[in-house]
Amino acid sequence: MAVEGTRAQGAPAATRLPRRARGGFIGLVTRLFTEKPLGAVGAVIVMIMLLMAVFANWIAPYPYDEPHFSDALQGSSLSYFLGTDFIGRDLFSRLVHGARVSIVVALGSVTLGSILAGLIGITSGYMGGKFDTLVQRLVDAWMSVPPLLLLLFVMSILGPSTLNVTLVLGLVAIRESRVLRGAVLALKEQPFVEAARVNGATTLRILVRHVLPNVMVPIIILASLRLGQVILIEASLSFLGYGVPPPFPSWGRMLASESRTYMEIAPWLAIWPGVFLSLTVFGWNVLGDALRDLLDPRMRGTGGGYRSGS
Amino acid sequence: MYRFVIRRLMLAALTMFVVSVLTFFMLRLIPGDIVDLMLSDFGYAADRDAILRELGLHKPFYVQFGEWFGGLFVGDLGQSLWTGNTVTHELGRRYPVTLELSIIALVVSIVLSIPIGIITAVRQDTWVDYALRSVSIGLVAVPILWIGTLVVTLPALFFGWAPPLSYVPFTEDPIKNLSVMALPGVIVGIPLMGGTIRMTRAMLLEVVRQDYIRTAWAKGLQPRTIWYRHAVRNALIPVLTLIGLQIPFLLGGTVIIEQIFNLPGMGIYMLQSLQNRDYVPAQTIILTFAGATVLINLVVDLLYGVLDPRIKYA
Repeated sequence: MAVEGTRAQGAPAATRLPRRARGGFIGLVTRLFTEKPLGAVGAVIVMIMLLMAVFANWIAPYPYDEPHFSDALQGSSLSYFLGTDFIGRDLFSRLVHGARVSIVVALGSVTLGSILAGLIGITSGYMGGKFDTLVQRLVDAWMSVPPLLLLLFVMSILGPSTLNVTLVLGLVAIRESRVLRGAVLALKEQPFVEAARVNGATTLRILVRHVLPNVMVPIIILASLRLGQVILIEASLSFLGYGVPPPFPSWGRMLASESRTYMEIAPWLAIWPGVFLSLTVFGWNVLGDALRDLLDPRMRGTGGGYRSGS
Repeated sequence: MYRFVIRRLMLAALTMFVVSVLTFFMLRLIPGDIVDLMLSDFGYAADRDAILRELGLHKPFYVQFGEWFGGLFVGDLGQSLWTGNTVTHELGRRYPVTLELSIIALVVSIVLSIPIGIITAVRQDTWVDYALRSVSIGLVAVPILWIGTLVVTLPALFFGWAPPLSYVPFTEDPIKNLSVMALPGVIVGIPLMGGTIRMTRAMLLEVVRQDYIRTAWAKGLQPRTIWYRHAVRNALIPVLTLIGLQIPFLLGGTVIIEQIFNLPGMGIYMLQSLQNRDYVPAQTIILTFAGATVLINLVVDLLYGVLDPRIKYA
């Protein structure tokens, strides 16, 4: 019936994009490269990291856990680009595979987190009333605790594993359900939602067919802004021994204090993992900022770039 | 005003209650507890039940929770399950370290980033602006665990100097204490700077577009007067909120930096208790940090009213 049409035409300016990316994805990429040079740099860094993650087996000259005891703690050479660690594992190979670990955990947890934040924000905003009050107090409680500490706590109960880190890092998104709730509060007063209700649409249908499509853009923006943050927190958790367990290479754990004694003899062990980590976070941050500006400039100040990982 | 404060305090108390309920039950719903560890690793007592009784863990959950939560009000923060020392005693020794770190970090980040933010706005779209902004974006991306590691390891290699890693309490020797704490404090402050710089710049640019600033220019006031007396004062109010929001991240940063610089603060205590599955101190530390965050944000909200008389709390 007319319901679908109402949504498309009657969508309020407040929740629609001002200039919806002309020509879809291609148009968006073009605008990113022409209007947002810094964002484009971020996109390139992110692409390189993604390629490294996907083709890690081909790019890395050695397996990440293959020790060469006689070549331990060597500097850069033709056979080991960036040197070796204390049991002679090739640092470059470990960094490349570290990109895979980092990206898999980050993408997984950000996807989970978006679903979680979407669920909380949309239901809490739409239902209102006692449910909303209760949920918002829980979100308050979550927001008052340093995320790193709470995640440490949960990880120590669950035990370190790559899957657990991914699941737990999804919780970081709870903080952002506030933004979505705000958007839904404005949305539910719109005529097209009312029209759907008059037409006899069930609550579930209204939420899925009418509300959700209108908050997809903020969800995507928040997700892209959260990626860098999640990568940093994963590194911090691994650094403290509660993240990705050995033997998987994690950038954060490579910097952990156990190897500090070796770093004084072999400074490359302290330098390169941090360079990879910082570059990746930088890439995601500036890309997220640029995407936000291109997709919905009104979301400035809702997070991203203003927060660090720890 | 008073009603607002009372309402906010009640809300804060509720938040704290929710935090304590969540942490308490999260932990007791999951198997693999301290009892098994004590039994298997250390042969602490004859059997499980004996240990349970010893530690008071044989009582129902809600009784345990009631005892723990009730104790918080009379200053009894519970006991470490391993050492039997009271958490109050342990925290009393450790909180000054974390507090000092946080204060150094906050002061450094505010004192550096607000002037930088102002410069980038005044010199908008010049190379100074671009350079400082690039640095500020970079600062957010560089993890403190990396800066900390570099600072601890590299100077030893290149200059034959290492930052001092043995903590001395402030009351014992203030100068020695500061020489140990300054570096880690500054490092914790670094990631906070990026956000504050960007926020200061954005707010200032918004303010200078307003009518009363144009009026000031039209009156022929000195640029200096316009910027500092009229613009900056108004622009800084929202920056306060951001600083309030940064508190949880700041406290998270202290955990990492304490680990790197070997400072006996609350963060290291938390890590130690987690390692021993000694959850009472961990819970209390989380609760303390939550309390600090809630309190600081309340203060920020109240300052808002002081700085901007138009804002009234009903």
